[in-house]
Amino acid sequence: MSTPTQTEPSHPPQQTNSRITGAEAVVRSLIAEDVDLLFGYPGGAIMPVYDELYKYQEQLHHVLVRHEQGATHAAQGFARASGRVGVCIATSGPAATNLLTGIADAMIDSTPIVCITGQVPKHLLGTDAFQETDVMGITIPVTKWSYQVTEAEEIPEVFAKAFYVAASGRPGPVVIDITKNAQFGELDFSYEKCTVVNSYVPRPSIDAEAIQQAADLINQAERPFILFGQGIILSEAEAIFQQLVEKTGIPSAWTIMGLSALDTDHPLNVGMLGMHGNYGPNIMTSQCDVMIAIGMRFDDRVTGNVGKFANQAKVIHIEIDKAEIDKNVKTDVAIHGDAGEAMTALLPLLENKQHDQWLAQFKAADEKEFEKVIKDETEPTSEELTMGEAIKKLNHLTNGEAIIVTDVGQHQMIACRYAEFKQSKSNITSGGLGTMGFCLPAAIGAKLGAPQRQVVAVVGDGGFQMTVEELGVILQTEVDVKILLLNNEFLGMVRQWQQLFFDRRYSATEMINPDFQLIAQAYGIASERVAERNGLDAAMQRMVEHDGAYLLEVMVGKENNVFPMVPAGAAVSDIRLE
Amino acid sequence: MNASEQPTETFSIVVYSENKAGVLHRVTTSFTRRKINIESLTVSESEIAGIHRYTIVVELTEDMANKVVAAIEKQIDVQKAFWYRESEIIYREIAMYKMRAELLSEGSPALDIVDQNNARIVSAEKEFAIVQKTGRREATQKLFEELKPFGILEFVRSGRIAISKRMKELKDYLAELDVASAR
Repeated sequence: MSTPTQTEPSHPPQQTNSRITGAEAVVRSLIAEDVDLLFGYPGGAIMPVYDELYKYQEQLHHVLVRHEQGATHAAQGFARASGRVGVCIATSGPAATNLLTGIADAMIDSTPIVCITGQVPKHLLGTDAFQETDVMGITIPVTKWSYQVTEAEEIPEVFAKAFYVAASGRPGPVVIDITKNAQFGELDFSYEKCTVVNSYVPRPSIDAEAIQQAADLINQAERPFILFGQGIILSEAEAIFQQLVEKTGIPSAWTIMGLSALDTDHPLNVGMLGMHGNYGPNIMTSQCDVMIAIGMRFDDRVTGNVGKFANQAKVIHIEIDKAEIDKNVKTDVAIHGDAGEAMTALLPLLENKQHDQWLAQFKAADEKEFEKVIKDETEPTSEELTMGEAIKKLNHLTNGEAIIVTDVGQHQMIACRYAEFKQSKSNITSGGLGTMGFCLPAAIGAKLGAPQRQVVAVVGDGGFQMTVEELGVILQTEVDVKILLLNNEFLGMVRQWQQLFFDRRYSATEMINPDFQLIAQAYGIASERVAERNGLDAAMQRMVEHDGAYLLEVMVGKENNVFPMVPAGAAVSDIRLE
Repeated sequence: MNASEQPTETFSIVVYSENKAGVLHRVTTSFTRRKINIESLTVSESEIAGIHRYTIVVELTEDMANKVVAAIEKQIDVQKAFWYRESEIIYREIAMYKMRAELLSEGSPALDIVDQNNARIVSAEKEFAIVQKTGRREATQKLFEELKPFGILEFVRSGRIAISKRMKELKDYLAELDVASAR
């Protein structure tokens, strides 16, 4: 019988030293960061890591995408649905350039992802070697941080820093480029999680004076108005936010990145801001006396003409990224810090209030919008199906509990306007970059990040074809994603602009589409097409109840427009209802 | 004043960063993506080991200076960034002028000009001599204009280096950051 001190574990724990290759260190670093899933595509310069992934497949599941862009979007969808860091991996050169769109998307939408790229061996750097691209050079402008590993010894520390940087503060994408020699090289592996980076301040101390000034402004306000963004979701501050809203009785409107942070049927949720947002929030932007912006960045799609934006209001901005404060809209009180921490400090200083009269103005605007826009979109009397009625039916069948992933364009605006949400992290869309092709891979990532939830990809016929190859992932990995394809046989949003601002010159916006039913069939995905109202309900029900992936193609009116609309360059208060 | 109506001015942007590959790219990207042309850029060590100091001269509005400095400072490998107006710093550039040796012989008019401009000859070879002048751009430019008629074989001017008049030291800023980042 051996004594306990002499027994050796069959698998050495990760903290103990052992001589391993850089490639194995990559995999063990990921496992040490609790990664159990990553999206990628193999190739020459990353093969040593793939060889280790083969050995560690029990602990680390690799999802084979069909194009590297899909890997980044899937990692984004995973991160947004789960609140964890998404990971993707690809080889050098063209694979790295294919990742770029998703990296840029993650940067502008503050999504924590870590992207690993293979690179040619160190001695070939700069020689225009086969599949060599300057990954640092091309990713620096679109990453929160990036690092090129050229020696195996660097791997554990760089991975620890990468995960810390990606997830902390204002989250964002990190790229780790690893030369092939570093993957083959050896090191004594030990892993320590990173908890601090020199001079990097992810959680700034909340300035008590600013909190007091903000509280005074809010307590004295007659027509206060909250604009909330994704910062609330990233800070996991939904509960304290709801308390703040309810205590102060302040009407609250969202950016599309903030959607689902507060239940859509909450009486103080007054709707969507910006270009295709609701009528009330846009016109009240010019009526409010105190504006409280929380975890949002005053994107131009939200502000319209920024020179005419809320000039009458005192502006309080709660924001974790100092570079966003005073960037687009000048603030009167800046609270630099985490949204949850700031609201926790603010809440006890706020008075219990109700703003019934002020809220009634929003309701009146809602009624006007309902008559002019919403009624025809969601309860149409015309023969053609509308995107809005499809979304309304989806709400009904999913009870507002699904994760809805959208692409970019008319269907995205309609989905954001009409989808109902009862829990956070449920609206996943490409907000800042407006990346067509985002939806399908992001929906796959979302389902794998939140497997217990229903995930519906709402996509247009244009964007669907940009990453349609990712149906292969659904086939191979058996991902239960419902795809609601709203087909108007046009690049609808561009066509809408051409109609309104370019005298109906439909330049390159009409789509001659393939038979999407045959495409679904080719990938072994159950599907159907519906073009008439009396078939919509039952078809939608079949999709929602189907065990496994499903493609429901809804033929919608070809030349429908999304309203209301703030024309480009106009003040948000000049929003058009027709 | 509305931000878009602000006049442009010369700003010296001083950036402190760790000495790592790629940081320069991250810093310059903050200018190039806004189509701001860099007038001059100097990188050197600072008074703290391992911390490099960039001095970048640009022409822009105060509003844009604030935005660019914020964008630079949020880079992970950047410690601290500041902007300074001309009145807030002591600044210098160094210029060198290569001329034929005989033009700078004792009693020559060009040598008189060198003396009058408080410049000096730092190297005298058989065929050529090097004149060096330290000062603000106008001073080195004035000397260039005055020597030009005699024939300048080669001319070079460094980027600006600048020292601020503020008394708070970098180490104090870094100490504050250490406390904040460990939070």
